[in-house]
Amino acid sequence: MTHTAEKITVDLAIVGAGPAGLAAAVAAYDSGVRDILLLERDKEPGGILNQCIHNGFGLHVFGEELTGPQYAERFVRQAAERGIPIRLQTMVLDIEAPAPRKGAPFRLHVLGPQFGDQTIEAKSVILAMGCRERTRGAIGIPGDRPSGVFTAGTAQRLINREGFSVGKRAVILGSGDIGLIMARRLTLEGAKVLCVVELMPYSNGLARNIAQCLNDFNIPLYLSHTVTDIKGHGRLEEVTISEVDANRAPIPGTEKTYPCDTLLLSVGLIPENELTRLAGAAIDPRTGGPLVSEDRQTSIPGLFACGNVLHVHDLVDFVTGEASRAGKGAAAYLAGDGRVTAEEESVGFIPGRGISYTVPHMVDRAGAPQSFTVFMRVRQPKPDGVIVMKDAEGTVVKRWKRPRLAPAEMEELTVTREMIASGGSYTFEVEE
Amino acid sequence: MTSTALSSNDRCCNDRAINDFDVAIIGAGIVGAALFRELSRYRVRIVLLERENDVALGASRANSAIVHCGCDPKAGTAMARFNTAGNRMFPELCRQLDVPFVQNGSLICAFGDEELPVLKALFDNGRANGVEHLEILDAASARALEPNLSSAVRGALFAPTGGIVGPYELTTALAENGVVNGGELLLNFDTAAISRSDKGPFTVTAADGRTVTARYVVNAAGINADKVHNLIARPTFQIRPRRGEYYVFDKSQGSLFDRTIFVCPGKLGKGILVSPTVNGNLIAGPNAQDGIARDDTAVTAAGLAEVRAGAQRITEAISWRDTIRNFAGLRAISTRDDFIIEEAPDQKGFFDLAGIKSPGLTSAPAIALAARDLLADAGLELVEKKDFNPNRHETRFLSLPPQKRRALAERDSAYGRIVCRCESITEGEIIESIRRPVGATTLDGVKRRCRPGSGRCQGGFCSVRVLEILARELGKDQREILQDKAGSSIILGTRGPVQGGDQ
Repeated sequence: MTHTAEKITVDLAIVGAGPAGLAAAVAAYDSGVRDILLLERDKEPGGILNQCIHNGFGLHVFGEELTGPQYAERFVRQAAERGIPIRLQTMVLDIEAPAPRKGAPFRLHVLGPQFGDQTIEAKSVILAMGCRERTRGAIGIPGDRPSGVFTAGTAQRLINREGFSVGKRAVILGSGDIGLIMARRLTLEGAKVLCVVELMPYSNGLARNIAQCLNDFNIPLYLSHTVTDIKGHGRLEEVTISEVDANRAPIPGTEKTYPCDTLLLSVGLIPENELTRLAGAAIDPRTGGPLVSEDRQTSIPGLFACGNVLHVHDLVDFVTGEASRAGKGAAAYLAGDGRVTAEEESVGFIPGRGISYTVPHMVDRAGAPQSFTVFMRVRQPKPDGVIVMKDAEGTVVKRWKRPRLAPAEMEELTVTREMIASGGSYTFEVEE
Repeated sequence: MTSTALSSNDRCCNDRAINDFDVAIIGAGIVGAALFRELSRYRVRIVLLERENDVALGASRANSAIVHCGCDPKAGTAMARFNTAGNRMFPELCRQLDVPFVQNGSLICAFGDEELPVLKALFDNGRANGVEHLEILDAASARALEPNLSSAVRGALFAPTGGIVGPYELTTALAENGVVNGGELLLNFDTAAISRSDKGPFTVTAADGRTVTARYVVNAAGINADKVHNLIARPTFQIRPRRGEYYVFDKSQGSLFDRTIFVCPGKLGKGILVSPTVNGNLIAGPNAQDGIARDDTAVTAAGLAEVRAGAQRITEAISWRDTIRNFAGLRAISTRDDFIIEEAPDQKGFFDLAGIKSPGLTSAPAIALAARDLLADAGLELVEKKDFNPNRHETRFLSLPPQKRRALAERDSAYGRIVCRCESITEGEIIESIRRPVGATTLDGVKRRCRPGSGRCQGGFCSVRVLEILARELGKDQREILQDKAGSSIILGTRGPVQGGDQ
């Protein structure tokens, strides 16, 4: 790293020191990159894991159940052991991608107390900014606008990090994992969770979280319901929920009213790709994240992405795996093996019937590892499902049997070089 | 900002009675604040009384944020006169007070050939109102200006003098400038009674028992102006709230239009508009619902659907999944069809600035001048202060040139720390919004002044930090910090057995 008053030059800049950024940094280092700088906007590294004090992290990566902070700590330590510097409270405001000419650096405009207002020039950049929560405004819940309506993550932070109680009687909208975890958290904190309300006819959380967070505490889960009114001047006083029809429209006459002081929203996560857009990388409207090849390289050579900025994961273990892949990808790019895929060598993956997206979106046929993982989510829950991979002619290349398919649980399918030998594009489908 | 200007929020008001004001203004919305600031030019003792815990908490915070050109109000009305006059005052006023304002121009669109004559009528009416540079455009020219207009648009009236403004930023700045120039602001002063003995001064009594005496009282109580009027004078009007609901969109949608897009006006007002905002978002609304309670600013599924349909008539280009907020505001529609700017017939010295519906925001600076003249006519002696300071300035860190940013961050590291990621607002700016005269005391107060929480995450990330900064700056416990109005507590207790908690 070279410093001047206004400019810092590094080989690899990583935006975000949450689980994705940390694992990417460690993997890049272990693949030979020495000049790495992690940029983190918060006061400490670890990202959202710092407020996830429940356990269940690390089963895949470490073979044990860790809490969020413990999981983060392992990677913070690994980064520290390698001497990888982390600049905290430092926000990247803009990324300028170089003109497509080899050797020109990315320019990151950053602001932070250690730097003031500076430019970082980096030969390669890994984006690991994570995601944000969807809000009440984004889903247009009718009613008053009192206090006491929190996104689940904000409430989690207030309770777990700041040590505050946010409410005594709560309704939770959305049965995603954070909503489920917070139902249990609030209950353990002495609050009464009246119900968890889910718009869809199935939960969007992991099965284990439904069992451990709702069933164990006798918290009712109302599927095909939504919040249709909020009342309160000052603090929240009352929430009305209604059943919805097949088109997710509230059914008049099904209203139930709950006096309560708290409404938590767990209604989806949105990858935070404002910087990705500023850099000019192509975005997949299905994931809300950039289009990437198997090494997690975006449409801009040298610019990589991993973790929830790319697509929302349900397990941090998968984030770690993906981030390691991105770190190795950036190392290869910096070592000069970062091949630019010839068009005829680019193999595309297409989400077909019943599949909402795939990551990666493509792979370089010649440069692909012997085997690699394609992540995807199904659109509908289904017991005993089969996912098939078809080539451009519609011929089935491979079938994967699954005891159960659910949108909440990401599917990881192992694809080998042999399976993509014919080139072109491959479609993944849920077999009918 | 100098340290002497810090924190006027808590000053005065320990005394139960504050006497000897020349003018008491009831209501710290845009109209009351504009008059307050105007009168602070003169050597008169003025007090601004606000029932809520902050200024701009009524219609002034929940409206379309448009500086109307003045085509729409019927020629000859007070609305027409004040609209055009107010519009002309905005560039200079907003420059002085460092308030975001853009003269972006507006287009009133005709859908279908049958609406084309409406454009001509508005053109003529606008000319009669003194609106300059009006131009009727054919469909192709309108779409050349605004490519995202619906193909159903058949023509448009272009008004380059139309603008957009930060309405609560302006109200707050006016109140602050009035305070800096010697006026008093009393918050949480919920006027419950107004009395006077014989021809002596008025006594205004708050619900909590505090009293203020003043020779003149100006009623700028917005949605409650009739109630305030009726405390001391024979009823001459009623306020019938008309609710309007809105969508606010992410900045990704802010560049769909450069200009404010109106449809042809209807019976209930100017209809649903689509406009960029001064902060780079896009706004759509309002609908118009009558028969609404005075505290009912709820949004409704039906209302939002109506706004959506209205906006979709103007353009198909909006990405509705990029909505970041819905809100509703109440317009103070009176039983008289025009602004009410007059002395109460049976109560000399008591003035109404009432029924200030749209174009009230645009008209407010001109109404302030008219109210000043009414007071002068009634005997208020107006001697200009030599030291009146019309200007104010606030730091917008990210819009400073790089050298200045570096220098400022070096001097005060709080300007090197971004707290609000979505809007890129530094801790330094948040601290400034709290320490200023008429500073923020609530989460939404900070949001209205410098925008943390108004972006796409709606405070999901930054609200916890802003809460912490507010508590620190105000010397309070975080549990005492409110979201917004009285009662809007955020934290209900402390966890854990040590503090007792609330288990």
